[in-house]
Amino acid sequence: MKVTYYPGCSLEGSARDYALSIEGVCRALGLELEELEDWSCCGATAAHSINHRVSVELPARNLAMAEAKGMDMVVPCPLCFNRLKGAEKALLQDEAGEYSASFQGRIGIHDLANFMAQPEILKRITESAKRRLKGLNAVCYYGCMASRPPRVTDSREYENPTSMDRILKAIGVEVKPWSYKTECCGASHAVARRDMVYKMVGRLYDKALEAGANCVVVSCQMCQANLDLYQDQISEEMGKSYYLPVLYFTELIGMALGIKQARDWVGKHFVRPYHLFGSVGLVDRRPGSRIME
Amino acid sequence: MQDVKPMVPDTRFMRAVEEGSGIKISACFQCKKCTNGCPTSFAMDIYPDQVIRLVQMGQREKVLNSSTIWVCSSCQTCSTRCPNEVDIAGTMDYLKEMAVREGISVPQSRTKAFHEAFLEDIRRRGRISEGGMMSMYMLKSGEIWDKLRSGDIKEDVVLAFEMLKRGRMPVLPKGIRAKDEVRKIIDG
Repeated sequence: MKVTYYPGCSLEGSARDYALSIEGVCRALGLELEELEDWSCCGATAAHSINHRVSVELPARNLAMAEAKGMDMVVPCPLCFNRLKGAEKALLQDEAGEYSASFQGRIGIHDLANFMAQPEILKRITESAKRRLKGLNAVCYYGCMASRPPRVTDSREYENPTSMDRILKAIGVEVKPWSYKTECCGASHAVARRDMVYKMVGRLYDKALEAGANCVVVSCQMCQANLDLYQDQISEEMGKSYYLPVLYFTELIGMALGIKQARDWVGKHFVRPYHLFGSVGLVDRRPGSRIME
Repeated sequence: MQDVKPMVPDTRFMRAVEEGSGIKISACFQCKKCTNGCPTSFAMDIYPDQVIRLVQMGQREKVLNSSTIWVCSSCQTCSTRCPNEVDIAGTMDYLKEMAVREGISVPQSRTKAFHEAFLEDIRRRGRISEGGMMSMYMLKSGEIWDKLRSGDIKEDVVLAFEMLKRGRMPVLPKGIRAKDEVRKIIDG
């Protein structure tokens, strides 16, 4: 199976771990990702906040290029996905010719987690898995942008998405129900209003622990950053000592598939999961084993 | 008794917003579902349902000068749950753009500076380089001076160093080849 791949800017930077795990897992599953050549930024929150036209035309450039390639496009960053889908809708309804790009809707745009949870790929994951990740009690945290608003994302389960739930169950993770799957983490407010993010994320930690989770599993690199980078500071602020590794679902697929590099991917996080993995018997306890550092 | 001046509704502003944004503000019947589901209402000066109501009442200055439109994180919960299909988050965007266009001195100037630094970085390379964008934001927002004064800059330096160490911050960010195409889009 071959698709066009739009990684988005942060996967070249702060979400390098996510990018590596996606590439590794897709290779192992026989999914060929062809990166969209010379793709450009989708405009993200900045464009739709202060320049509506640019917020359509930036993703539109990528849509037009992807359509010329003729294959469906898979997008790991939920914000990019959302902006690309928004542009798709705007261009398909653009009868007045308001925007410079054109898009006929001949290709589909897919959120990575939804793409990986389709029955055919889920079957591949289940069949290639070498071990079950017993001992991990996860809450799946989807964030906002892959789901909302449904008139843009075309999501049918926008209040209760289940793509990651299905994937994690297939590899032996115990998935805990909770009501905060699509609650906002504050996203780019981490830059100018970090105080807001601390409050919002602190509540998510509490709710995850209340649900009985020992880790949070995400498909969004903004959620990952907000939950992972400031855990020490938020602990201090809230007068608690949180230890909640924040893992990409692709990293866990990699571990289940027995991909050796998976330990390096998770090692790029701030909250290292080695202690958790060790305590539930998921790692090699031999002395000198890097995973126990 | 204090004199209470009645608010006289003036629908011209609402009609202008509806026409410009394509969002049917007049459909709101104040059920407050938007505000009840809003994850950032704790940081707002007026609530989302009030923003919509004030637009209906023609209270232009109040909404354009509010913190709320900048504090909204665009999580889209309100727009998703509105029973009348009022795109509340889209309205916040429309009002932000209007406030910028009119040169209003916005109360959340750092958030505005972030959006501007972000767009400038896209204009420069066609893609975002997070390190470059953050430095530009620090200068543009003036936050750098506060952080230098308070010593909080240490936290940011440590964060950047830790990201670098983990291979999560490219030292030399690449740009795209078709920078001109992207610049043309941004410059209009």
